[in-house]
Amino acid sequence: MSQPAENETLPQEQKPKLWVYLLPLGLFGVLMIFFFFGLGLNPRLLPSPLIGQPAPDFSLPKLSNPDETIQNVDLTGEVSLLNIWATWCTSCRQEHPVLMKIAESKEVPIHGLYYKDQPALGIEWLNNYGNPYYDNAVDMDGKVGIEWGAYGTPETFVIDQEGIIRYKHVGPISWHDWQTTLLPLINLLKNNNGV
Amino acid sequence: MIPELGHFTLILALAVAFVQAIIPGMGFLRRRADWMAVAKPAALLQFALVLSAYGILTYSFIVNDFSVLYAANTSNSELPLIYRISGVWGAHEGSLLLWVLILSTWTAILAMQSKKYPVDMSAGVISVLGFISIGFILFSLFTSNPFLRHFPAPVDGGDLNPLLQDPVMAIHPPMLYMGYVGFAIPFAFAIAALVQGKLDTAWARWVRPWALIAWVSLTAGITLGSWWAYYELGWGGWWFWDPVENASFMPWLTGTALIHSLAVTEKRHALRNWTVLLAIISFSLSLLGTFLVRSGVLTSVHAFASDPTRGVFILVFLGLVVGISLGLFAYRAWQLRTITPFSFVSREMALLTNSVFLLIIMLTVLLGTLYPLILEALGGGKISVGPPYFSRVFIPLMIPVVILMAIGPFIRWRQDSVSTLTKQLRLPAILAVIFASVISLLLPGKLNLTAWFALLLAFWVFNSCYTQLKLRLRNTQSLQKGLKRIPRGWYGMIIAHIGIAFTVVGIALSSVYSQEQDVHMVSGDDRTLGDYRFEFVDVERKKGPNYQADVGTIQVYKNDKQLMTLHPEKRIYNVRKNMMTEAAINTNLLRDLYVSLGEQRNTETGAWSVRLYYKPFILWIWLGGFVMILGGLIAVTDKRYRIEVKQENIKLDDKYVATS
Repeated sequence: MSQPAENETLPQEQKPKLWVYLLPLGLFGVLMIFFFFGLGLNPRLLPSPLIGQPAPDFSLPKLSNPDETIQNVDLTGEVSLLNIWATWCTSCRQEHPVLMKIAESKEVPIHGLYYKDQPALGIEWLNNYGNPYYDNAVDMDGKVGIEWGAYGTPETFVIDQEGIIRYKHVGPISWHDWQTTLLPLINLLKNNNGV
Repeated sequence: MIPELGHFTLILALAVAFVQAIIPGMGFLRRRADWMAVAKPAALLQFALVLSAYGILTYSFIVNDFSVLYAANTSNSELPLIYRISGVWGAHEGSLLLWVLILSTWTAILAMQSKKYPVDMSAGVISVLGFISIGFILFSLFTSNPFLRHFPAPVDGGDLNPLLQDPVMAIHPPMLYMGYVGFAIPFAFAIAALVQGKLDTAWARWVRPWALIAWVSLTAGITLGSWWAYYELGWGGWWFWDPVENASFMPWLTGTALIHSLAVTEKRHALRNWTVLLAIISFSLSLLGTFLVRSGVLTSVHAFASDPTRGVFILVFLGLVVGISLGLFAYRAWQLRTITPFSFVSREMALLTNSVFLLIIMLTVLLGTLYPLILEALGGGKISVGPPYFSRVFIPLMIPVVILMAIGPFIRWRQDSVSTLTKQLRLPAILAVIFASVISLLLPGKLNLTAWFALLLAFWVFNSCYTQLKLRLRNTQSLQKGLKRIPRGWYGMIIAHIGIAFTVVGIALSSVYSQEQDVHMVSGDDRTLGDYRFEFVDVERKKGPNYQADVGTIQVYKNDKQLMTLHPEKRIYNVRKNMMTEAAINTNLLRDLYVSLGEQRNTETGAWSVRLYYKPFILWIWLGGFVMILGGLIAVTDKRYRIEVKQENIKLDDKYVATS
């Protein structure tokens, strides 16, 4: 085979301009900006106006048994978590193993607020993947979720013995969040009552 | 004590990685042979150290040392030995160490073969790989150390996710990682060549086998993953356009473009900058894949344990690696730009078009994967882009790629005439129309245009491969001699193209002609799908080694003759209490019968929810994948890639040349 003709030079103006070569770098820069925000480095943890307030009134059917109801009285007496979730929420799937580990640790009961979803789907989901919840309230039309100020799933509230909301976590809880933020707060709340 | 030894070896490996990155790197820049000579021993030493660290972690799994936090989280003493070994990469920390191990293995293999490359080039490449290794070992040590202990040690471990207790799933991650990491080598070659400012046909020849190996591994990883999803998840699907799947598919697309573009650069010295850019993009996408999977930026059904702090580290690393290389590319490629002319009708043009299409497909997949993220960053809600988007854009873009596969190999380099081409192309195309029409009529079920068109494409590719073989053998006296003279690289190409044709057939026919029923059945019920009648007999409870199972019995009849008995299972694993479906599948080349057991619906009547599927030709999807792998492996063994270079011709600073 003959040697390929090398470096056949063309007039300068036919060669691509510098900006063409900079294009990949520019596109990558834009992408990085989105990743940066996507990682949540921007302050998206909006403080909930409900912190320090009693949990809003509600009375909803139980997922396991629609004839029974759950009310906010059921959230008092001990420190507990209220987790808003649904089967259509993929972030909830990511969070699920962490909730399972929290449930195993028996530190705190997790109440579920099953949000805008079909009860049958929720029951099947819990049967398939495991049930970390103490019980679940079904909020089919999402009204209670609005009362609680939820703007997405998953969201998790820490509620103290008196039924007062102490903390709100937006998005899936990671094991790191649990160990560094939620668990210390829960222990603090437990001890305060003990004194 | 032993896990601490592992931790310590990993720290030593980090130190060696610094040496491997900096000293040969400086030697490469200053052209000092004595500094460059450090490259090979450093690479080998780093490999030995990482291997020991990995071996020690595996040992902790084998002896059930649950004081090691990672082992306690992902293993269990009840687990069979094979899954305790594969469990090492069953979660984040261990799979990251596997990443590092594979990187150092590839580097060591390259160092062993350094006679094939000029001494300065191999020193430069090994140095770049050293920098990548530094990044990943730091990542492992600071954010995801697998050797951490916790006291008191639990009596038993938390067990490996049952989904991963499967032979295919045991080898899927290493294959995928070999692919991801494999693209580090073309990347390192690209960076070294850009720094040196020398990009020639020899460079392309050095890179080709590495790009091929990476591509083969990635193809194997994707094929196995898709097959596993099909038989293990119990949904009958095999590809979900899930972000994690997309993360592996994107480097595959650009990697495919890269191996084709490398051919142009090697044969014709053309498209040099384009090839270098594709090498950079392929590895960047591998890093991006790691970032997407491990950072929690995107949520997916794969639901890996992910953690935002790790995301920050990978994001910074990604930004540095990709930013610096694209910056270097902009500066150097602009300086080095030359134009090797080729006409519109030429092999170069066909291959360029192919890689542009593959790049566009990659960008649409990237857009679909990141769109939810971008929307969220801009203040919109959380949404997900589902399979409808992907199938709508992916299929129309893939059709021209397949057509190019049928036409491209006929076109001559540099320039060809349309009239000769049409003459050569006519017969395979006409035969393809005939074959596709005949097969369409023979298929059970209604005539379908999509199925016919897919068959047409597949036959077209197949016929054109055959015709090319005949053209190649035109002027030989004996068939044997003629076949022997054809280079392995060419055989590899033909076989891989036929593999694509198989996959096209599998995808189209299985999606057009599949039938499924999602039903409640009690003992004695039956349902008919295609020619097959499924009769539900009963469900029994059985005990497995580390699980309890409900085992269903379903009889399958065809034309009232009993054909087989299928036993789908529903397992509950003892430790994690996870529920798992084990579908029962009967496979042959023409169809799969697939039964999976759902929930017991009614304890009194004994009704169970059962999913029944009849999926014609679905096996061809993965068969095509394996044929592509075979093609890639054959191409790698081409003897062209075994040539060694004459080291005497390399200009070095005379003062420091080692006198050995």
